[in-house]
Amino acid sequence: MKQYDVIVIGGGHAGSEAALAPARMGLQTLMITGSIEMIAHMPCNPSIGGPAKGIVVREIDALGGEMGRNTDKTNIQMKMLNLSKGPAVWSLRAQADKVEYPQAMQETILNQKNLAVLEAMVEEILVDEAQQVTGVRLETGDIVEAKAVILTTGTYLKSQILVGHTATDGGPSGQRASMGLSGNLQALGFDLFRLKTGTPARVATTSVDYTKTTIQPGDDVPRTFSFDTPMSEAKNPDDQLPCYLTYTAPETHQIINDNLGESAMYSGMVEGAGPRYCPSIEDKLVRFADKERHQIFLEPESKHTPEIYVQGFSTSMPHDVQEQMLRSLPGLENCEIIRYAYAIEYDAIVPTQLWPTLETKKVSGLFSAGQMNGTSGYEEAAGQGLIAGINAALKVKGEEQLVLRRDEAYIGVLIDDLVTKGTDEPYRLLTSRAEYRLLLRHDNADLRLRPHGIRVGLIDSERKANFAMKVMMIEMELARLQTLRITPKAATNAYLQTIPTAAIRDGISLYELMKRPEIEYHHLAPLMPIPAHLTAEVIEQVEVQIKYEGYIAKAMRQAERVKDLESKRIPMNLDYAQVPNLANEARQKLGEIRPLTIGQASRISGVNPADISILMIYLKSLKRSV
Amino acid sequence: MYLTETITAIATAIGESAIAIVRLSGPEAITLANEVFTGKDLTTVDSHTIQYGHIKDPKTATIIDEVLVSVFKAPRTFTMEDMVEINCHGGKIATQRILRLLLAQGARLAQPGEFTKRAFLNGRIDLAQAEAVMDVIHAKTEDALKMAVSGVDGKVSQLIQTLRSEVLTTLANIEVNIDYPEYDDAIEMSNHILKPRLEEVQVELEKILHQAQTGKIIREGIATAIVGRPNVGKSSLLNRLLQEERAIVTDIAGTTRDTVEGTLRLGHIVLNLVDTAGIRETADVVEAIGVEKSRQMIEQAQLVLIVLNNNEPLSDVDRELVTMTADKPRLVLINKMDLTNQLDLTELQLAENELVKISALEDWGLNQLEGRIQQLFDLADFTSEATENFVSNVRHIGLIEQASQSIQAALEGIALEMPVDLITVDIQDAWQALGEILGEEAKTDLIDELFSKFCLGK
Ligand SMILES: Nc1nc2c(ncn2[C@@H]2O[C@H](COP(=O)(O)OP(=O)(O)OP(=O)(O)O)[C@@H](O)[C@H]2O)c(=O)[nH]1
Ligand SMILES: [Mg+2]
Repeated sequence: MKQYDVIVIGGGHAGSEAALAPARMGLQTLMITGSIEMIAHMPCNPSIGGPAKGIVVREIDALGGEMGRNTDKTNIQMKMLNLSKGPAVWSLRAQADKVEYPQAMQETILNQKNLAVLEAMVEEILVDEAQQVTGVRLETGDIVEAKAVILTTGTYLKSQILVGHTATDGGPSGQRASMGLSGNLQALGFDLFRLKTGTPARVATTSVDYTKTTIQPGDDVPRTFSFDTPMSEAKNPDDQLPCYLTYTAPETHQIINDNLGESAMYSGMVEGAGPRYCPSIEDKLVRFADKERHQIFLEPESKHTPEIYVQGFSTSMPHDVQEQMLRSLPGLENCEIIRYAYAIEYDAIVPTQLWPTLETKKVSGLFSAGQMNGTSGYEEAAGQGLIAGINAALKVKGEEQLVLRRDEAYIGVLIDDLVTKGTDEPYRLLTSRAEYRLLLRHDNADLRLRPHGIRVGLIDSERKANFAMKVMMIEMELARLQTLRITPKAATNAYLQTIPTAAIRDGISLYELMKRPEIEYHHLAPLMPIPAHLTAEVIEQVEVQIKYEGYIAKAMRQAERVKDLESKRIPMNLDYAQVPNLANEARQKLGEIRPLTIGQASRISGVNPADISILMIYLKSLKRSV
Repeated sequence: MYLTETITAIATAIGESAIAIVRLSGPEAITLANEVFTGKDLTTVDSHTIQYGHIKDPKTATIIDEVLVSVFKAPRTFTMEDMVEINCHGGKIATQRILRLLLAQGARLAQPGEFTKRAFLNGRIDLAQAEAVMDVIHAKTEDALKMAVSGVDGKVSQLIQTLRSEVLTTLANIEVNIDYPEYDDAIEMSNHILKPRLEEVQVELEKILHQAQTGKIIREGIATAIVGRPNVGKSSLLNRLLQEERAIVTDIAGTTRDTVEGTLRLGHIVLNLVDTAGIRETADVVEAIGVEKSRQMIEQAQLVLIVLNNNEPLSDVDRELVTMTADKPRLVLINKMDLTNQLDLTELQLAENELVKISALEDWGLNQLEGRIQQLFDLADFTSEATENFVSNVRHIGLIEQASQSIQAALEGIALEMPVDLITVDIQDAWQALGEILGEEAKTDLIDELFSKFCLGK
């Protein structure tokens, strides 16, 4: 019987990061998965990134995770979104190759030092009398011991596939559901709740008439997620596969409305709450009855399979209705259906039962990450997996845990929302959820988070050196532009007018000149020599920091104010019954969530400012009486 | 923690009514009251009942007053703490003695508004309500009371809510563009579209601020200075307006030595009148000290009434006063209209509506004067209805000003062609400032708005 430092149950996107991190931090790690071939599999559309989510991928990369690098290796399209808007919301989105992505990840995992992979089903999590996790028992009866266990079972807990009026036990892509673990978790005292999600049909690439659709190409310049992927390894933009746009037709709406009673959703079979941002097409029609048509994106899934993902068309209608629905879409009249849409219902753990480290409050050493915490999306799963993996490893090593603040990372926003507010539908990150999104940019993810990656030991010495160099170069260039001045000489003004930008009347620094909206860094070249060693990333950083200086400074001041509340710690085991004058609801909520800081406490719904002042005063009085 | 102390105060304004209420709140409110009360044992009576009895000094056993005592047990009370109200009618002195007795028993004198603060701290009322209650305490006139009350039952909240949801709609639209860049059913919020929308909000905010300014005038009264040369009839005017002999009137120039004050209710507004010493003039030389003093009075005043004498020619002092007040709300009163005209004002080039002709002695022209004052403060058509829409609290006004500044900053950003995601930072600030007035912050509103307005998702 083997003993590990960390066991990760599950091999999805959360599990992959959760297993790689501890192994890379030098701990003996075991991943247990139902099937090795299904590691990092993509049951929904193979799209990675997009607003907020794309920034999460950058954050994962900055911390030393794998998702960004793996996407760079295997994408079939890349697109920078929101370029017409400001830098705070630029975000990269990739179409990953559905076949290559998991293969590349499997290769990384199987070749990772300190990481073993076992194909098995876990029946039980083993816990001693001190409520400390000790390992797991497999379906076979075998016991594997570990100091920490991370649950990343995704949608496989007691999952049921729903199509029309039929429900079958099982997970996505024909995999077995994990039936025992749910009961085991409940026996350990955890509250579970039921969630629902779905995925649309796949049709054959060759059966679509693309002339009836609008082509949606990727960017024509090479792009990468990872800070460490050299441009030379970026995919060639010419090799990209485009997406296509079509719309629902009046006939589609007719078919759906006529068959509403057939849908699992509307026939009352589904218990779980579905995500608002991933509604089924029947949901969209019912809720937005006066909308005449809905966008449907046709996304290629892989260069190796002839499948098109019909985005925007999730449904739990029976197969025959689906067929009619699909064939009513312009361009899909003769489509050949490879896979039907389905809805899936599964158990998730109520996430307020977790600390912000993603360790469970009930069982020490047991962590939980990904969709089973009530989120949706690969990126959200991977971000949590990475944090759970890092914290499990840090715990085993006896080092300080890593909790990212809301003004520091989207991952921080995500986890704080989950453990502080909980969720009643699969949680999706949105830029609107972040109050400091101007600080949480695509371009500065490494500046924000790489120091954490270095601290926990996920960044090797070469990447560490590159990072230090980049930080220095940015500082030097910012300083240099401040010292370089131009004066209203005729030649200078003549050049400025060609850009075009207004002539200057007094001498100004190039730093000041950069603040003009129309001035880009390369415009400065004729005015001064551009240092040859500056990388595109450094230049981008310099541009953003100068152009938006005022706004960024303001956001930082606001964050600073809140940081103060964030640094006021609350003892983990504070007895709220002893705090006088708390409103009943607040007392109950605080006792349940047990926030670690005053900042976190203030975000709990039902806890009002009065309760916070009472709590602060109580904590002060505690300190005084010590 | 302060909330463990029991506080007490006289709840009714001293000397204003026959019955005075002494109020107690806190964990020991009932036991403390019981110690000075003879009658039923207050610690055993039901909540929300009234007991008849006497207040007695436990040391000397002397009866101080005959009282009715109301007992309210937590949490169904205003402060959500145990509360006792002692209704006494023995006048000012007896009330004070009862208060002192309670203090001697260990209660602490409440700070102004502390009962409300506790209600707020105990989660009984939200911030806007708490602050409106605070305003009730200071309300001076019926209208001010009405304004304060409308704050309590959420009128202020409603006003802000409306404006806030307009801002929210704009925000949600921007957010959809950002979070769902390919969603084609929401218009792209370019700066070009944003600008008129924000300008509209700005106009609304300014309107509220303007009204708030008016609200402040209603609540606190208008500081009004009566200035002029000696013997022109300033004190006579004050007395006429107040309808009492507040200031001494004689035909000796220089009767009023120091300032005399009085409060006048004029329809819906309050004038805090100050009668000043007349400014002397010796051999056509204006007495410097007198002018200086008047200048100070004029500076502090929100309204200046310059009194001239119809029966005398225009003097340097008169000219000086008119120039000094050129950019202030002011009226030039020509008094003693019952006497023959000697005054020629043509050189001053005053507007017709700045002039009011009166006779303080014979009491005419005063109605017209009042009308002019109301007009001056834009309150002529000030109905009771309209008073309900005032934001009267200093903090609320501050937050609305903040919101207005944020919208201004957004508009400046648009002028600088900043990208829309930066413009939203300021719009968000405005939204938050408006939200703070309600004492709660609601970030999720935005996301709810997003998904209820737009059909999103894959
Ligand atoms: N005929 C006439 N006499 C008036 C009128 N108003 C005031 N007087 C008289 O003018 C004299 C001065 O009046 P006051 O009110 O004391 O004048 P004042 O401006 O306060 O004078 P000082 O306090 O000395 O600066 C008194 O005898 C009043 O009766 C008026 O409208 N008509
Ligand atoms: Mg006088």
